[in-house]
Amino acid sequence: MEANHKIRVENLSLRVNGHEILKDINVSIPENKITVILGPSGCGKTTLMKSMNRLTDIYPEMHVRGRILIDEEDILNTHKDVTAIRKKMGLLSQRPYPLPMSIYNNIAFGLRISGRKKRDLLDKRVEHYLKQASLWEEVKGRLREPASSLSIGQQQRLCLARGLAVDPEIILADEPTSALDPISSQEIEKKFLDLKQDYTIVLVTHILRQAARLADHVIFMYLGEVIEQAPAEEFFHHPRTEITRAYLKGSIN
Amino acid sequence: MRRYLSKEYTFRRKIQVYEELFFRLIMLLASLLIALVLLQIVWSIFREGVGSVSWEMLTNTPKGGFYFGKEGGILNAIIGSLYLGLGATLLAFVTGLPVALFMNTWLAPRKRLVNLVRFTLDLLWGIPSIVYGAFGFALMIALGIKASLLAGIIVLALLILPIMIRAIDEGLKASPPGLTEATYALGATTSELSFSVLTRQCLPHILTAILLSFGRAIGDAASVLFTTGFTDNIPTSLGQPTASLPLAIFFQLSSPIPEVKERAYAAAVILTVIILIISILSRIFTNKYSRNTIKF
Amino acid sequence: MSLWLILMLAMPVLIGGGLLWKSWSLLHDHALGELLLSTRWRPLSGEFGFAPFILSSLWVTLVSLLIAGPVCVLSAIHLTQYAPRIVLKVMQPVTDILAGIPSVIYGVWGIVAIVPLVSRNLAPLMGAETTGYSILSGAIVLAVMIIPFVLNILIEIFRSIPIELQEASLSLGASRWYTIKYVTLRKALPGIVSALGLGLSRAFGETIAVLMVVGNVTIIPRGVFQPGYPLPALIANNYGEMLSIPMYDSALMFGALILFVIVMVFNLAARLTIIRYEKVSQ
Repeated sequence: MEANHKIRVENLSLRVNGHEILKDINVSIPENKITVILGPSGCGKTTLMKSMNRLTDIYPEMHVRGRILIDEEDILNTHKDVTAIRKKMGLLSQRPYPLPMSIYNNIAFGLRISGRKKRDLLDKRVEHYLKQASLWEEVKGRLREPASSLSIGQQQRLCLARGLAVDPEIILADEPTSALDPISSQEIEKKFLDLKQDYTIVLVTHILRQAARLADHVIFMYLGEVIEQAPAEEFFHHPRTEITRAYLKGSIN
Repeated sequence: MRRYLSKEYTFRRKIQVYEELFFRLIMLLASLLIALVLLQIVWSIFREGVGSVSWEMLTNTPKGGFYFGKEGGILNAIIGSLYLGLGATLLAFVTGLPVALFMNTWLAPRKRLVNLVRFTLDLLWGIPSIVYGAFGFALMIALGIKASLLAGIIVLALLILPIMIRAIDEGLKASPPGLTEATYALGATTSELSFSVLTRQCLPHILTAILLSFGRAIGDAASVLFTTGFTDNIPTSLGQPTASLPLAIFFQLSSPIPEVKERAYAAAVILTVIILIISILSRIFTNKYSRNTIKF
Repeated sequence: MSLWLILMLAMPVLIGGGLLWKSWSLLHDHALGELLLSTRWRPLSGEFGFAPFILSSLWVTLVSLLIAGPVCVLSAIHLTQYAPRIVLKVMQPVTDILAGIPSVIYGVWGIVAIVPLVSRNLAPLMGAETTGYSILSGAIVLAVMIIPFVLNILIEIFRSIPIELQEASLSLGASRWYTIKYVTLRKALPGIVSALGLGLSRAFGETIAVLMVVGNVTIIPRGVFQPGYPLPALIANNYGEMLSIPMYDSALMFGALILFVIVMVFNLAARLTIIRYEKVSQ
């Protein structure tokens, strides 16, 4: 019954100036499922997610120890090119951050990095991914306009399309709907349910209802520690720890 | 096809890695260059001038024949510069502090106006000191004032006023809004808030603003060129002309006589030391007096 | 208080108006085009062509920007993107002190260090001959003077770029350098241009330091090893005879007016760009 594990985190700790932000994390993330990392703000969920594609590298004050295995390959202790690791994962952040260029080039940016430069191929790909993010119909007439001219909900879908365009296997999403209106949020959520056929999705959120709507698997974190991890069904109906029960009842937030 | 792409990809990655290394190297060199230039400046000023600094030159005014290399010192310029610097800083402070407070308390709700004031101050800061000097000169003629210590103080005060206000303003702007609310909640009036709470909260900024302005005032030459005249005596009233260190250096350096030039170099050492002391002091103030500042 | 505030808001207009008023008698007698474009500067016979001074000013400032610009941009990227915090902490006092050194000290440094460097090392290298008192010396001294100013603005600009933008680019598989080149720099471009614009206007008005090393010969410079006579130097050098030659005072005030107008235009454009840029980037 248990699916393959796409990502496994083993004994991961992370310190910032002597403070332990993540304490001995051990989690497994199943393939082609939506795994929700849940917890009150400041519990380290975003940091855990960022360490999965080594964005922690750009903060010199962060010191990471432990192992993160993706497809059974340790990505922390390796001399392998970090950009190749990151390309396996698309990132969707809290607010959309379109790159300072046109709508078209936002998608083409990642494709060009991978060496795809032929014009007609790029055109086709851009169209394909914009369609996948259900944005094509809205923007097909103005691909050359700056991405900042889109509404915030459209920008977030653009960022999703941009992430998909590098052909990742995993999508990392950090509270991707927190800056969006309810309708745009719904569109993103719907997209996630479609995408899990082909992608392993890791979603960070502090919204219980969103977690309940989307999750196949839940990792619950509190103050830098993993308190509980379980399939969604089990987590929401038969929580094993006192803290989880308190959180689900809404007394921690 | 796929193989071909990935081969090209690794090749391009390799080029990029070397490109990054190359740029990191020249970026490092750029930063290093800036630091080294500072050392070079201080070193060459000291090398030229330190030998000629003497007690005699610090404590005497120019004697007869000074400008032909005979006896005397630059006390007139040192004292003149201190008078000018202190006077201008004082004038700019007493007129500038209320403006900065006014902008951040009474005027604060009118955001557009405050931003317009900030914008104007930034523009004023960008006007070269020689223009202030020329403007001051035009003003003096219009008002019938002679070149004097007072005229110099006024022009310098105008020159440093934008720096003074903006530096204090930055501090006030950064003070937490919660502090203002809490003070009002205690029943304080706006002036009580301004003068007792905010000035204390921003003390480090205010001290830095004063030092910054003083440093600028004491070192500026172009604006006092027109307005203070130059004299060998120490001024005894605001209406008299005065010497200053920058002008003393400037004038004496254009002399063909080596002894006079040496004194210019020595005066440069003294001015540099004053500026270095100011820099160090302002660093200490920002670090030490931030104790009373509430951080959020 | 309000009155004082209004006075301050009116200050730029007052300064401009005051200079215009004092240069009125010159403007009354001579056509503006002639004043700006003529190269004949003979105050005794009433000819006032400002072109040599304006061109000298342009030469000195543009060359200084050519030196300071790349150094500042490279160093700003280094300090904000690569260097450990401690390096930034060390560089802060360095730029503070550089910014605080008075103009006249830079002039002294120029005379003892840069002028000999230009005449003995740089000029022979390029096959030129010069006393060292030249456009190039003025430009080098100026470049060092505007470096702390431009660098500080650039650091602010690079810092204001959200780190999430970099994260987005990195997570697409772009390398650090590729991200800086195509995302960070592109985002910062309007800011960089205005920072350089502010540096340019600061350099344009700088007086004493340039005056001490640039040679002050009324010619139209044809290369960096020739002497020049920038506008601020003209004003500063001649204030003494100002009242003894007819129209001369008016001419110098007109010089100050030109300076004022150019600096104001650059400042306005650069500051407005920065304000717009900040609005967009938040």
